Amino acid sequence: MPDVIFQTWAAPRLRRVTVGDIQRCELGGTWNLLALEPHLAELQRQLVECASDQHCEWDLRQVQVLDDAGAMLIWRAWGKRRAAQLLLKPEHEQIFGHFDLPPEPALPGPLHNPLYGVMALGRATLLLADHLLTVVAVLGQVMLDAWYLLRQPASIPWREISASIYRTGAQALGITALVGFLVGVVLSYLSAQQLKLFGADAFIINILGISVIRELGPVLAAILVAGRSGSAITAQLGVMRVTEELDAMAVMGIPHTLRLVMPKMLALAVSMPLIILWTNSIALIGGMVSAHAELGIGYVYFLQSLPDAVPIANLWLGLGKGVVFGLLIALVACDFGLRIEPNTESLGIGTTNSVVTSITVVIIVDAALAILFKDVGIS
Amino acid sequence: MTECIIEIKGLWTQFGSHIVHRDIDLCVRHGEIISLVGGSGSGKTTLLRQMLGLETPARGEVRIFGIPLHGSDQSQLRKLRNRWGMLFQQGALFSALTVFDNIALPLRELRTLDEDLIHDLVMVKLEMVGIEPHHANKMPAELSGGMIKRIALARALALEPELLFLDEPTAGLDPDRSESFVKLIQELHQELGLTVVMVTHDLDTLVALSNRIAVLCEQRLVIVGTLDEVVANTHPFIRNFFMGERGRRALEAVKDMVLLT
Repeated sequence: MPDVIFQTWAAPRLRRVTVGDIQRCELGGTWNLLALEPHLAELQRQLVECASDQHCEWDLRQVQVLDDAGAMLIWRAWGKRRAAQLLLKPEHEQIFGHFDLPPEPALPGPLHNPLYGVMALGRATLLLADHLLTVVAVLGQVMLDAWYLLRQPASIPWREISASIYRTGAQALGITALVGFLVGVVLSYLSAQQLKLFGADAFIINILGISVIRELGPVLAAILVAGRSGSAITAQLGVMRVTEELDAMAVMGIPHTLRLVMPKMLALAVSMPLIILWTNSIALIGGMVSAHAELGIGYVYFLQSLPDAVPIANLWLGLGKGVVFGLLIALVACDFGLRIEPNTESLGIGTTNSVVTSITVVIIVDAALAILFKDVGIS
Repeated sequence: MTECIIEIKGLWTQFGSHIVHRDIDLCVRHGEIISLVGGSGSGKTTLLRQMLGLETPARGEVRIFGIPLHGSDQSQLRKLRNRWGMLFQQGALFSALTVFDNIALPLRELRTLDEDLIHDLVMVKLEMVGIEPHHANKMPAELSGGMIKRIALARALALEPELLFLDEPTAGLDPDRSESFVKLIQELHQELGLTVVMVTHDLDTLVALSNRIAVLCEQRLVIVGTLDEVVANTHPFIRNFFMGERGRRALEAVKDMVLLT
């Protein structure tokens, strides 16, 4: 058999013999971690039994292999000091020499604090304040950068901006189309069931038009983009922190806000309204298909009555919301990304928190805008 | 047969159409320190990864302790993996775990040792690599590169392996640190009777530690032999490597040491 090398170990042995009135403990075989491991509990018990006799003589000369783990097991049975009567191979002497150290101070354990709840709340509040402060600072810096770029148009980072638009916009077309279409179909189908009861079939166009263009399209697209691009931005910045790329940029005198934050904010501010327009169209097509199947409304009629049913202000409102959402998603993602500490756990937590926060912020801001613009675009 | 702890036979490594290794044969004997040398991108680390089973050979096979790395059953490979330790170039400490937990992890994975014993063993290992106990609760991000290397070595040694792999053990350490790291590995080698496979660029480390040197160049092993045998070889890469200014200085230093002792 080829695995001859596996077999050269004799199992660890322990034998108690009585010579005259002297107890003697004889250890033999292989005392290394891998050989000991299967017999650990049994050997530990036997060792303790032997060690319970203070005058026991220990004979370790039969031991072929001894490593730290084996020696530590024996050492602990002795009560962490050398046995009084000990016979040992000279080459094993130095292993026990390692253990003969002053006892190190115990590691401080986790402290139990009765005020833990209060402190956690306080810390969370301070963290929130800190986030808001950073967002304001980043926003201010971006303003300054924008002012600088307006005076020095040559240094506008066009490549970064267009690359970000491609990643956050063009590459998101597929998923937003799929989700938009399905939501359109479902919404139209459920509304059609209710409208049929009242014979108000034609109102399907109003319901679909207003809800999709004003509300659902922008929010759906924003949530998808927050999940897709927000997480990507946070993870990218986080990895750049881990690999010290952020420091490298700072050393070269390239401000993070100018090269990383602003292109992403600009890109999302441009691509979000376009994505929303795309999602709206696909969702309306989905609704149209469903309305045709359920209520028999013709495609041409649907498209012709859409402008009458939905005032154009709703479209501008939806697209305007897109710009705001895009800026917010980029801002939140960059804020979390720049905060990531150079370790893997922080990267994971940061990315998750970034996505959750940006989705929450999008919905909160959407609600606020809904109240603000309650008189606009609804006849 | 039993002399070869690691046996590589007719090994080819290929990434797509890019051939890294072409028909490599190597036998690592018990108790020796063997160094893999070669230019940047010559596939030293890839060969090390082949020995660890992290890459799959395109052709040929790798046997460790006589067990083929590809094609053996999982339980046998698991047992094998407890018999070797690897020190990665950047340490590869788990950044989410403390120093203590990093070293304790392989011990805990055995699932038979009790926590007290693990604590004592970890402390012995930390002492062995010269890390003070009060660093045990720190996170890897708080430590310097030299300390990370030492702790990674302690983790590699946690299971008392018979075989130790080192990838650039002294890269990124200051001369003083790399000196003491070399001493540490020498001591461990004598004390534990380890077999060591090392990838290194550092001539001083190479000369100080290796019993044998394997030179990897143009996808093949050019020569495997002792320092004198390798230096005597006339292959252009070897001449450049050892007979350049730095190489000569390192060789002279070792000759002085031999004369002194």
